[in-house]
Amino acid sequence: MAQFTLPKNSQYTEGKAWPKPAGASNVQEFRIYRWNPDDGANPRIDTYYVDRDDCGPMVLDALLWIKNNVDSTLVFRRSCREGICGSCAMNIMGGNTLACTLGIDDCGSDTIKIYPLPHMPVLKDLVPDLTSFFAQHAAIEPWLQTQTAEPETEWRQTPEERSKLDGLYECILCACCTTSCPSYWWNGDRFLGPAALLQAYRWLIDSRDESTGERLDNLHDPFRLYRCHTIMNCANTCPKGLNPAKAIAEIKKMMIARAV
Amino acid sequence: MAEAKVAPRPLSPHLQIYRWSWTMAMSVAHRITGVALYGGIALFAIWLVALASGPSAFDNVQWFFGSPLGYLVLFGYTWILMHHMLGGVRHLVWDFGHGMEAAQRINMARFTLVGSVALTLAIWVVAFLAF
Repeated sequence: MAQFTLPKNSQYTEGKAWPKPAGASNVQEFRIYRWNPDDGANPRIDTYYVDRDDCGPMVLDALLWIKNNVDSTLVFRRSCREGICGSCAMNIMGGNTLACTLGIDDCGSDTIKIYPLPHMPVLKDLVPDLTSFFAQHAAIEPWLQTQTAEPETEWRQTPEERSKLDGLYECILCACCTTSCPSYWWNGDRFLGPAALLQAYRWLIDSRDESTGERLDNLHDPFRLYRCHTIMNCANTCPKGLNPAKAIAEIKKMMIARAV
Repeated sequence: MAEAKVAPRPLSPHLQIYRWSWTMAMSVAHRITGVALYGGIALFAIWLVALASGPSAFDNVQWFFGSPLGYLVLFGYTWILMHHMLGGVRHLVWDFGHGMEAAQRINMARFTLVGSVALTLAIWVVAFLAF
Protein backbone atom coordinates (compact mmCIF):
# COMPACT_ATOMS: atom_id res chain seq x y z
CA MET A 1 0.00 0.00 0.00
CA ALA A 2 1.31 3.36 -0.99
CA GLN A 3 2.34 5.66 1.82
CA PHE A 4 1.73 9.23 0.68
CA THR A 5 3.38 10.93 3.66
CA LEU A 6 7.02 10.90 4.69
CA PRO A 7 8.17 8.60 7.49
CA LYS A 8 8.96 10.32 10.77
CA ASN A 9 12.73 10.33 10.27
CA SER A 10 12.31 11.85 6.80
CA GLN A 11 10.18 14.88 7.61
CA TYR A 12 12.24 17.97 6.97
CA THR A 13 12.43 21.12 9.03
CA GLU A 14 13.59 24.69 8.50
CA GLY A 15 17.39 24.78 8.52
CA LYS A 16 20.04 27.40 8.61
CA ALA A 17 20.01 30.65 6.63
CA TRP A 18 23.55 31.25 5.44
CA PRO A 19 24.83 34.86 5.17
CA LYS A 20 24.35 36.81 1.96
CA PRO A 21 27.54 37.50 -0.01
CA ALA A 22 28.94 40.85 1.08
CA GLY A 23 28.71 43.65 -1.44
CA ALA A 24 26.78 41.62 -4.04
CA SER A 25 24.03 43.45 -5.90
CA ASN A 26 22.69 40.56 -8.00
CA VAL A 27 21.74 37.81 -5.54
CA GLN A 28 19.77 34.59 -6.13
CA GLU A 29 18.21 32.68 -3.24
CA PHE A 30 18.47 28.87 -3.06
CA ARG A 31 16.61 26.55 -0.68
CA ILE A 32 18.45 23.24 -0.51
CA TYR A 33 17.68 19.91 1.18
CA ARG A 34 20.32 18.84 3.69
CA TRP A 35 20.77 15.62 5.60
CA ASN A 36 23.84 14.46 7.44
CA PRO A 37 24.04 10.79 8.53
CA ASP A 38 26.43 11.70 11.34
CA ASP A 39 24.34 14.10 13.44
CA GLY A 40 21.21 11.97 13.87
CA ALA A 41 18.90 14.91 13.10
CA ASN A 42 16.05 15.04 10.60
CA PRO A 43 16.61 16.54 7.15
CA ARG A 44 16.43 20.31 6.94
CA ILE A 45 16.14 23.00 4.28
CA ASP A 46 19.04 25.47 4.27
CA THR A 47 18.87 28.87 2.60
CA TYR A 48 21.81 30.12 0.54
CA TYR A 49 22.43 33.32 -1.39
CA VAL A 50 24.53 33.24 -4.54
CA ASP A 51 26.30 36.24 -6.09
CA ARG A 52 25.15 35.95 -9.71
CA ASP A 53 27.87 38.33 -10.91
CA ASP A 54 30.51 35.90 -9.62
CA CYS A 55 28.80 32.66 -10.70
CA GLY A 56 28.26 30.72 -13.95
CA PRO A 57 24.83 30.48 -15.59
CA MET A 58 23.71 26.97 -14.62
CA VAL A 59 22.19 25.60 -11.41
CA LEU A 60 25.24 23.34 -11.06
CA ASP A 61 27.46 26.45 -11.21
CA ALA A 62 25.48 27.87 -8.29
CA LEU A 63 25.87 24.65 -6.27
CA LEU A 64 29.62 24.70 -6.89
CA TRP A 65 29.71 28.40 -5.98
CA ILE A 66 27.99 27.62 -2.68
CA LYS A 67 30.38 24.75 -1.98
CA ASN A 68 33.42 26.91 -2.78
CA ASN A 69 32.33 30.15 -1.12
CA VAL A 70 29.69 29.51 1.54
CA ASP A 71 29.39 25.94 2.82
CA SER A 72 31.96 23.31 1.89
CA THR A 73 29.87 20.58 3.58
CA LEU A 74 27.15 20.67 0.89
CA VAL A 75 27.22 17.29 -0.87
CA PHE A 76 26.05 16.49 -4.41
CA ARG A 77 27.17 14.35 -7.35
CA ARG A 78 28.58 15.99 -10.46
CA SER A 79 31.06 15.18 -13.15
CA CYS A 80 30.80 16.18 -16.81
CA ARG A 81 28.88 19.49 -16.46
CA GLU A 82 27.48 18.98 -19.97
CA GLY A 83 24.50 16.65 -19.60
CA ILE A 84 26.10 13.37 -20.62
CA CYS A 85 27.16 11.69 -17.36
CA GLY A 86 23.84 11.96 -15.51
CA SER A 87 25.49 12.48 -12.13
CA CYS A 88 23.89 15.79 -11.12
CA ALA A 89 20.27 14.60 -11.50
CA MET A 90 18.14 16.19 -8.77
CA ASN A 91 14.74 17.72 -8.18
CA ILE A 92 14.86 21.42 -9.05
CA MET A 93 11.72 23.58 -8.82
CA GLY A 94 9.61 20.44 -8.45
CA GLY A 95 10.87 18.64 -11.56
CA ASN A 96 13.69 16.14 -11.97
CA THR A 97 16.47 17.30 -14.22
CA LEU A 98 20.23 17.77 -14.54
CA ALA A 99 21.61 20.73 -12.59
CA CYS A 100 24.25 21.25 -15.27
CA THR A 101 21.86 21.77 -18.18
CA LEU A 102 19.27 23.90 -16.38
CA GLY A 103 19.94 27.64 -16.42
CA ILE A 104 19.39 29.60 -13.22
CA ASP A 105 17.40 32.14 -15.24
CA ASP A 106 15.25 29.35 -16.70
CA CYS A 107 14.03 28.44 -13.21
CA GLY A 108 12.20 31.76 -13.31
CA SER A 109 11.93 32.09 -9.56
CA ASP A 110 13.22 34.32 -6.76
CA THR A 111 13.74 31.16 -4.71
CA ILE A 112 15.13 28.06 -6.36
CA LYS A 113 14.25 24.90 -4.42
CA ILE A 114 16.48 21.86 -4.73
CA TYR A 115 15.80 18.37 -3.36
CA PRO A 116 17.36 14.96 -4.02
CA LEU A 117 15.64 12.71 -6.59
CA PRO A 118 12.21 11.89 -5.09
CA HIS A 119 11.28 8.84 -2.99
CA MET A 120 14.80 7.46 -2.70
CA PRO A 121 16.92 6.62 0.35
CA VAL A 122 19.23 9.59 0.98
CA LEU A 123 22.93 8.96 1.56
CA LYS A 124 23.72 12.60 2.26
CA ASP A 125 22.25 15.95 1.19
CA LEU A 126 21.44 15.70 -2.54
CA VAL A 127 22.92 12.21 -3.01
CA PRO A 128 20.36 9.38 -3.27
CA ASP A 129 21.13 5.66 -3.05
CA LEU A 130 20.75 4.35 -6.62
CA THR A 131 21.68 0.73 -5.85
CA SER A 132 18.30 -0.76 -6.71
CA PHE A 133 17.96 1.54 -9.75
CA PHE A 134 21.13 0.06 -11.25
CA ALA A 135 20.17 -3.47 -10.16
CA GLN A 136 16.93 -3.05 -12.12
CA HIS A 137 18.92 -1.96 -15.15
CA ALA A 138 21.08 -5.08 -14.80
CA ALA A 139 17.93 -7.20 -14.51
CA ILE A 140 16.91 -6.44 -18.11
CA GLU A 141 20.30 -7.77 -19.29
CA PRO A 142 21.37 -4.72 -21.28
CA TRP A 143 23.71 -6.34 -23.77
CA LEU A 144 23.49 -7.98 -27.20
CA GLN A 145 22.41 -11.61 -26.96
CA THR A 146 22.78 -13.92 -29.96
CA GLN A 147 22.66 -17.63 -30.79
CA THR A 148 23.92 -17.66 -34.37
CA ALA A 149 27.64 -17.95 -35.04
CA GLU A 150 29.53 -14.69 -34.66
CA PRO A 151 30.21 -13.01 -38.00
CA GLU A 152 33.79 -12.48 -39.17
CA THR A 153 33.34 -8.72 -38.83
CA GLU A 154 30.66 -6.73 -37.03
CA TRP A 155 26.97 -7.57 -36.72
CA ARG A 156 25.37 -5.78 -39.68
CA GLN A 157 22.35 -3.52 -39.51
CA THR A 158 20.54 -1.53 -42.19
CA PRO A 159 20.16 2.23 -41.68
CA GLU A 160 16.42 1.64 -41.11
CA GLU A 161 17.08 -0.98 -38.43
CA ARG A 162 19.62 1.30 -36.80
CA SER A 163 17.22 4.24 -36.80
CA LYS A 164 14.87 2.30 -34.51
CA LEU A 165 17.41 2.81 -31.73
CA ASP A 166 17.20 6.61 -32.02
CA GLY A 167 15.50 8.10 -28.99
CA LEU A 168 16.59 5.08 -26.93
CA TYR A 169 20.38 4.81 -27.06
CA GLU A 170 20.74 8.42 -25.83
CA CYS A 171 19.59 7.48 -22.32
CA ILE A 172 22.30 8.37 -19.78
CA LEU A 173 20.73 6.52 -16.82
CA CYS A 174 20.44 9.67 -14.70
CA ALA A 175 17.31 8.24 -12.97
CA CYS A 176 15.28 11.44 -13.47
CA CYS A 177 12.41 9.52 -15.12
CA THR A 178 12.30 6.55 -12.77
CA THR A 179 12.26 8.73 -9.66
CA SER A 180 9.55 10.98 -11.15
CA CYS A 181 7.16 8.05 -11.53
CA PRO A 182 4.43 7.69 -8.86
CA SER A 183 4.07 4.01 -9.75
CA TYR A 184 7.76 3.61 -8.99
CA TRP A 185 7.34 5.57 -5.75
CA TRP A 186 4.69 3.14 -4.52
CA ASN A 187 6.06 -0.10 -6.05
CA GLY A 188 9.74 0.58 -6.71
CA ASP A 189 10.70 -2.77 -5.24
CA ARG A 190 8.85 -4.71 -7.95
CA PHE A 191 8.16 -2.29 -10.83
CA LEU A 192 11.27 -1.90 -13.00
CA GLY A 193 10.61 1.78 -13.69
CA PRO A 194 10.79 3.82 -16.90
CA ALA A 195 14.58 3.95 -17.32
CA ALA A 196 15.08 0.18 -17.11
CA LEU A 197 12.05 -0.43 -19.37
CA LEU A 198 13.29 2.05 -21.99
CA GLN A 199 16.57 0.14 -21.95
CA ALA A 200 14.65 -3.14 -22.23
CA TYR A 201 12.89 -1.83 -25.34
CA ARG A 202 16.21 -0.66 -26.76
CA TRP A 203 17.29 -4.33 -26.85
CA LEU A 204 13.88 -5.72 -27.80
CA ILE A 205 13.84 -3.81 -31.09
CA ASP A 206 17.52 -4.18 -31.88
CA SER A 207 17.54 -6.16 -35.17
CA ARG A 208 20.74 -7.95 -34.12
CA ASP A 209 19.41 -9.24 -30.80
CA GLU A 210 18.08 -12.83 -30.78
CA SER A 211 16.65 -13.04 -27.25
CA THR A 212 13.45 -11.10 -27.92
CA GLY A 213 11.21 -13.90 -26.65
CA GLU A 214 13.17 -14.42 -23.45
CA ARG A 215 13.29 -10.68 -22.85
CA LEU A 216 9.51 -10.44 -23.19
CA ASP A 217 9.06 -13.47 -20.91
CA ASN A 218 11.16 -11.73 -18.29
CA LEU A 219 8.97 -8.62 -18.44
CA HIS A 220 5.63 -10.46 -18.55
CA ASP A 221 4.71 -9.72 -14.98
CA PRO A 222 1.99 -7.66 -13.29
CA PHE A 223 4.62 -5.51 -11.62
CA ARG A 224 7.84 -5.42 -13.65
CA LEU A 225 6.15 -3.98 -16.75
CA TYR A 226 2.46 -3.52 -16.07
CA ARG A 227 2.74 -1.18 -13.08
CA CYS A 228 3.17 1.51 -15.73
CA HIS A 229 -0.15 3.39 -15.78
CA THR A 230 0.94 5.93 -18.41
CA ILE A 231 1.16 8.81 -15.97
CA MET A 232 3.79 10.30 -18.32
CA ASN A 233 5.90 12.02 -15.65
CA CYS A 234 8.87 10.16 -17.14
CA ALA A 235 8.45 11.69 -20.58
CA ASN A 236 7.63 15.11 -19.13
CA THR A 237 10.81 15.21 -17.06
CA CYS A 238 13.53 13.48 -19.16
CA PRO A 239 16.42 15.99 -19.47
CA LYS A 240 17.47 14.33 -22.74
CA GLY A 241 14.00 14.73 -24.27
CA LEU A 242 13.41 10.97 -24.54
CA ASN A 243 10.06 9.25 -24.16
CA PRO A 244 10.15 6.22 -21.82
CA ALA A 245 6.34 6.14 -21.70
CA LYS A 246 6.23 5.51 -25.45
CA ALA A 247 8.91 2.82 -25.19
CA ILE A 248 6.85 1.07 -22.50
CA ALA A 249 3.71 1.34 -24.67
CA GLU A 250 5.67 -0.32 -27.49
CA ILE A 251 6.70 -3.17 -25.18
CA LYS A 252 3.05 -3.69 -24.21
CA LYS A 253 2.16 -3.78 -27.92
CA MET A 254 4.86 -6.43 -28.52
CA MET A 255 3.37 -8.48 -25.70
CA ILE A 256 -0.05 -8.37 -27.37
CA ALA A 257 1.36 -8.95 -30.86
CA ARG A 258 3.05 -12.19 -29.83
CA ALA A 259 -0.01 -13.38 -27.88
CA VAL A 260 -2.53 -13.09 -30.73
CA MET B 1 38.10 -1.61 13.66
CA ALA B 2 35.11 -0.05 15.36
CA GLU B 3 31.80 -0.59 13.62
CA ALA B 4 30.68 2.59 11.86
CA LYS B 5 27.30 3.74 13.10
CA VAL B 6 24.98 4.77 10.27
CA ALA B 7 21.71 6.53 10.91
CA PRO B 8 18.66 5.04 9.14
CA ARG B 9 18.43 6.75 5.79
CA PRO B 10 15.57 9.19 5.29
CA LEU B 11 13.27 8.91 2.28
CA SER B 12 13.59 11.91 0.00
CA PRO B 13 10.40 13.99 -0.39
CA HIS B 14 8.14 13.02 -3.31
CA LEU B 15 4.45 14.01 -3.53
CA GLN B 16 5.23 16.86 -1.13
CA ILE B 17 7.54 18.60 -3.60
CA TYR B 18 6.84 17.22 -7.09
CA ARG B 19 5.43 19.73 -9.56
CA TRP B 20 2.00 18.74 -10.86
CA SER B 21 1.57 18.23 -14.57
CA TRP B 22 -1.64 17.77 -16.54
CA THR B 23 -0.92 14.12 -17.26
CA MET B 24 -0.16 13.38 -13.61
CA ALA B 25 -3.25 15.24 -12.38
CA MET B 26 -5.57 13.52 -14.85
CA SER B 27 -4.08 10.14 -14.00
CA VAL B 28 -4.91 10.72 -10.34
CA ALA B 29 -8.37 12.00 -11.31
CA HIS B 30 -8.91 8.87 -13.42
CA ARG B 31 -8.15 6.67 -10.42
CA ILE B 32 -10.39 8.70 -8.09
CA THR B 33 -13.31 8.79 -10.54
CA GLY B 34 -12.89 5.05 -11.09
CA VAL B 35 -13.36 4.43 -7.37
CA ALA B 36 -16.25 6.92 -7.25
CA LEU B 37 -18.05 4.97 -10.00
CA TYR B 38 -18.66 2.21 -7.44
CA GLY B 39 -20.76 4.77 -5.54
CA GLY B 40 -22.50 5.75 -8.76
CA ILE B 41 -23.46 2.20 -9.62
CA ALA B 42 -24.83 1.88 -6.06
CA LEU B 43 -27.18 4.79 -6.84
CA PHE B 44 -28.43 2.89 -9.86
CA ALA B 45 -28.84 -0.27 -7.77
CA ILE B 46 -30.84 1.63 -5.14
CA TRP B 47 -33.14 2.92 -7.85
CA LEU B 48 -33.66 -0.59 -9.28
CA VAL B 49 -34.24 -2.15 -5.85
CA ALA B 50 -36.81 0.55 -5.10
CA LEU B 51 -38.46 -0.14 -8.45
CA ALA B 52 -38.76 -3.82 -7.53
CA SER B 53 -39.93 -3.11 -3.98
CA GLY B 54 -43.15 -1.33 -4.83
CA PRO B 55 -44.72 2.08 -5.47
CA SER B 56 -44.04 3.73 -2.12
CA ALA B 57 -40.34 2.86 -2.05
CA PHE B 58 -40.00 3.94 -5.66
CA ASP B 59 -41.77 7.24 -4.92
CA ASN B 60 -39.34 7.93 -2.08
CA VAL B 61 -36.30 7.30 -4.24
CA GLN B 62 -37.77 9.32 -7.10
CA TRP B 63 -38.43 12.16 -4.66
CA PHE B 64 -34.82 12.09 -3.48
CA PHE B 65 -33.35 12.04 -6.99
CA GLY B 66 -35.67 14.93 -7.89
CA SER B 67 -34.64 17.03 -4.88
CA PRO B 68 -31.87 19.67 -5.16
CA LEU B 69 -29.45 17.38 -3.31
CA GLY B 70 -30.42 14.48 -5.59
CA TYR B 71 -29.79 16.62 -8.65
CA LEU B 72 -26.39 17.58 -7.28
CA VAL B 73 -25.48 13.92 -6.68
CA LEU B 74 -26.67 12.88 -10.15
CA PHE B 75 -24.86 15.84 -11.76
CA GLY B 76 -21.66 14.84 -9.96
CA TYR B 77 -22.11 11.21 -11.01
CA THR B 78 -22.57 12.29 -14.63
CA TRP B 79 -19.31 14.25 -14.54
CA ILE B 80 -17.44 11.38 -12.87
CA LEU B 81 -18.74 8.97 -15.49
CA MET B 82 -17.81 11.29 -18.39
CA HIS B 83 -14.38 12.01 -16.93
CA HIS B 84 -13.62 8.34 -16.46
CA MET B 85 -14.93 7.51 -19.93
CA LEU B 86 -12.77 10.15 -21.66
CA GLY B 87 -9.84 9.07 -19.49
CA GLY B 88 -10.40 5.51 -20.64
CA VAL B 89 -10.43 6.59 -24.28
CA ARG B 90 -7.23 8.60 -23.71
CA HIS B 91 -5.51 5.58 -22.21
CA LEU B 92 -6.74 3.40 -25.08
CA VAL B 93 -5.17 5.80 -27.58
CA TRP B 94 -1.95 5.83 -25.58
CA ASP B 95 -1.95 2.03 -25.37
CA PHE B 96 -1.81 2.03 -29.18
CA GLY B 97 1.30 4.21 -28.90
CA HIS B 98 -0.40 7.30 -30.36
CA GLY B 99 -0.59 10.85 -29.01
CA MET B 100 2.44 10.49 -26.74
CA GLU B 101 4.52 13.44 -27.95
CA ALA B 102 4.93 16.39 -25.59
CA ALA B 103 2.20 18.73 -26.87
CA GLN B 104 -0.19 15.87 -27.71
CA ARG B 105 -0.08 14.21 -24.31
CA ILE B 106 -0.64 17.48 -22.44
CA ASN B 107 -3.50 18.49 -24.73
CA MET B 108 -5.13 15.07 -24.42
CA ALA B 109 -4.96 15.30 -20.63
CA ARG B 110 -6.46 18.80 -20.73
CA PHE B 111 -9.20 17.60 -23.06
CA THR B 112 -10.21 14.96 -20.50
CA LEU B 113 -11.13 17.72 -18.08
CA VAL B 114 -12.61 20.22 -20.54
CA GLY B 115 -14.44 17.53 -22.52
CA SER B 116 -15.92 15.88 -19.43
CA VAL B 117 -17.33 19.19 -18.18
CA ALA B 118 -18.71 20.01 -21.64
CA LEU B 119 -20.28 16.55 -22.06
CA THR B 120 -21.82 16.71 -18.59
CA LEU B 121 -23.40 20.10 -19.26
CA ALA B 122 -24.61 18.91 -22.69
CA ILE B 123 -26.25 15.81 -21.19
CA TRP B 124 -28.07 17.89 -18.58
CA VAL B 125 -29.19 20.54 -21.04
CA VAL B 126 -30.56 17.84 -23.33
CA ALA B 127 -32.20 16.07 -20.37
CA PHE B 128 -33.95 19.25 -19.23
CA LEU B 129 -35.07 20.15 -22.74
CA ALA B 130 -36.31 16.63 -23.56
CA PHE B 131 -38.03 15.72 -20.28
